[in-house]
Amino acid sequence: MLNHTPTEIAERSALRINPAKTCQPIGAMYAALGIHRCLPYSHGSQGCCSYHRSHLTRHFKEPVMAASSSFTEGASVFGGQPNLMEGLKTVFTTYDPDVVAVHTTCLSETIGDDIPQIVGEAKRQDIIPEGKYVIHANTPSYVGSHVVGFSNMCTAMATYFAQEVKPARRRHTDATQINIVPGFVDPSDMRELRRLAEATGFKVTMFPDTSGVMDAPQTGKHIFYPDGGTTVDELKNLGRGVATMALGWWASRDAAIQVEKKAYVPREILDLPIGIAATDRFMQILKFRGGVITPDLERERGQLVDLMVDTQQHFHGKKVAIFGDPDHVLALTEYVRDLGMIPVHVLTGTPGKRFTSEAERILGPKAASSNIKSEGDLFTLHQLIKNEPVDLLLGNTYGKYIAQAQDIPFVRVGWPILDRVGHSLIPTLGYAGAVRLLTKMTDALLDRRDRDAPDHQFELVL
Amino acid sequence: MTEVLAARARQVIRSGDGKAGIDCEKQSVAGSVSQRACTFCGSRVVLYPIADAVHLVHGPIGCAVYTWDIRGALSSGPELHRLSFSTDLRERHVVFGGERQLEDSLNELIERHHPAAAFVYATCIVGVIGDDVSAICRVVSAKYGIPVIPVQSEGFAGSKKQGYDAACEALMTLIGTGDTAGVGKHTVNLLGDFNLAGEIWIITEYLRRMGVEVVANLTGDGRVADIQRAHGAALNLVQCSGSTTKLAMQMQAKYGIPFKKVSYFGIDDMAGALYAVAEHFKDPEMLERTRALVAEEITEILPVVEECRRDLEGKRAAIYVGGAFKAISLVKALRLLGMTTVLAGSQTGTPEDYEYLTDLCDAGTVIVDDSNPAELSAFLSEGKADLFIGGVKERPLAYKLGVAFCDHNHERKLPLEGFIGMANFAREVRASVCSPVWQFAPRHQPAIKEV
Repeated sequence: MLNHTPTEIAERSALRINPAKTCQPIGAMYAALGIHRCLPYSHGSQGCCSYHRSHLTRHFKEPVMAASSSFTEGASVFGGQPNLMEGLKTVFTTYDPDVVAVHTTCLSETIGDDIPQIVGEAKRQDIIPEGKYVIHANTPSYVGSHVVGFSNMCTAMATYFAQEVKPARRRHTDATQINIVPGFVDPSDMRELRRLAEATGFKVTMFPDTSGVMDAPQTGKHIFYPDGGTTVDELKNLGRGVATMALGWWASRDAAIQVEKKAYVPREILDLPIGIAATDRFMQILKFRGGVITPDLERERGQLVDLMVDTQQHFHGKKVAIFGDPDHVLALTEYVRDLGMIPVHVLTGTPGKRFTSEAERILGPKAASSNIKSEGDLFTLHQLIKNEPVDLLLGNTYGKYIAQAQDIPFVRVGWPILDRVGHSLIPTLGYAGAVRLLTKMTDALLDRRDRDAPDHQFELVL
Repeated sequence: MTEVLAARARQVIRSGDGKAGIDCEKQSVAGSVSQRACTFCGSRVVLYPIADAVHLVHGPIGCAVYTWDIRGALSSGPELHRLSFSTDLRERHVVFGGERQLEDSLNELIERHHPAAAFVYATCIVGVIGDDVSAICRVVSAKYGIPVIPVQSEGFAGSKKQGYDAACEALMTLIGTGDTAGVGKHTVNLLGDFNLAGEIWIITEYLRRMGVEVVANLTGDGRVADIQRAHGAALNLVQCSGSTTKLAMQMQAKYGIPFKKVSYFGIDDMAGALYAVAEHFKDPEMLERTRALVAEEITEILPVVEECRRDLEGKRAAIYVGGAFKAISLVKALRLLGMTTVLAGSQTGTPEDYEYLTDLCDAGTVIVDDSNPAELSAFLSEGKADLFIGGVKERPLAYKLGVAFCDHNHERKLPLEGFIGMANFAREVRASVCSPVWQFAPRHQPAIKEV
């Protein structure tokens, strides 16, 4: 299918081909699903909501509940206030959520709907029942990417709910609380982060938390609001935390800053804990904030190191191309570097200069010979790979076209994964996630070696 | 009985309860969790299978991403349609206009890929910032000498249906611009077939065996040059009636081409479609060939159907699909497998569709228009469905309820059209309904009323 890609790279000013990002609202919708009994609400045309639900469903293999303002021609001219008011009425009378999380779209942003004003009007008209909440995030589709939309909705959670808790009142909790903003990751990853932090002795408030929502068990019934998600009570008590750990500069930083502003809880901005070094830093901060690294955790890490040592000969000097969301790509770049591989192409679709400087820092002297690109697309990545081939490709499902065209071993990681399963249940983050990634990468490389080995070099033991 | 949104009460009826007709073709209730999509979606699904054209989405990136290669509309040649092209509008374009971005993108695309035509899809935002898409298209078309066609598919214009209409408008600008020399007497165009899993090739082969030639595919495995000479065909066969009936009507008005609404799903409807063609051409030999073909094909697949029927007899099915025509064919096909239908619904059916559906179904069957997950799962459990036939958003709902599933929408991987399609359908339904996994999966557990 990609025989349309020429090798010569020409500068493109306008056109985007085979994108490596999507728009803000879907990120906001995913984040909102991580609040307990929350109904995400898309203020725009019906298609946006439908597309986002379908796309999320393809990745998570779960039903995704979200409502839409169902804009019409009239709304696009006279504003969407009547639609939002009617929509909120319908939502509260029919679906009875605790929280409605409204996000905007390119359409409602451009016509200039003022969400807080409309929600205020809805309150005055008693459309919002007592004890229920409507929060909102502005998510113009023409700014940033889905990662920014995710970040904006996380920030909205802090804006609407975080409040100061005086130190005197904090002492009553049994265990010390730590807040974690996990980033745009799978429910399995959120579960794993919580496990790690709890193992060091903390009580964890994670927001958003889609574990228990987007990895629900089969029960024989459709549960509109599954058990998981951060509760409003937890969000209101963010102020009890000793710190807020923001995992990923793009997806989580703003939310942690907002908690700091509103509730005076210091922030810790970290990389997404993918691979050994980033997970070590995550654990060190937990320790620094009062957590205890138990022997079990030491053993977990030791097992990962053991596996890295066992497999290093397979990785050494292998060239890798990595693409996806910036927090993922940077953390993967570091992990791949630490395994002895050479990340020669590093690309994200999300805009932002910081991506380049961070990638350069991680790659050090090798940065000069690597292609580092933010706001790129998969057409460009394919061209880069045609010019400098790689041994392994890491990225979301959309990489399969390039992997097929160039016959490259491919490991699916990130979002979205539309053609494989397991990511919702088995983590990519933490030491356990590092083990999983490492196994998938060795599988991919060694399967290829076996496939291509001439008979006399086809070996039983590798 | 299952509760429905008060405002939707008239969009749900039960077959045989003597009530007045269903309410449909309505705007969705704001705030409902509708399964419906938008105008852009409708246009995109109809036009995108034209494989030698570039399809440029003019708007922010999302609209291009969510429609990137999500349907297996196969091509026997070029695969330009499977790439995702977008103008990726940013904030500065929203403020200062995106016309320049559009023109530059078109120039680059056409110079690199030398397509036979270009389609430019207008998204919500284009309608609001006021880019003159038509003017840009005219300029670029004049520059390169290929059709560059604006598709007025702003999402807010309505549901998928309005998008179908916009797509038909776009197609009408192509049709009639080609040379019809050499187009024979026994010729048809195939409308409303998108060649999912290679289905249109099956139909084309049946027609070839009957002695009927296909002029243009609209639009599965479609080619611009074929579409340009589509007005030379003697007959239009309209499959997905919701999407292309309007096009057939326009072609009838403008070029005098009669059309027949057909369905290629299930033995009855497939045979009916072929006989309708043979009868139209009033050629006794063709009719004879058709009889032979139908007999041969049915003989071939009947053992498969019989075998599957043994396992499926008495099972209950629920249907919720995009267009109502498909629901109608499915009810018949399921009957052939010995299954009853407890729920039949669609996103965009017309009053006539629903009337036909209501008459066709057994008494008590629930008929719904523009449904939502809460309602669907309640009807599924109420009807004790063993199988759900739907699309991407319906699949996990079915599985959570412990119900087997068959994708009859764009994620189907096996051809379901034609006689062989009936055999595939039977096998797929049986594979899911009779899977051993259900012994571990609770089915239709009582939903606890949420507090």
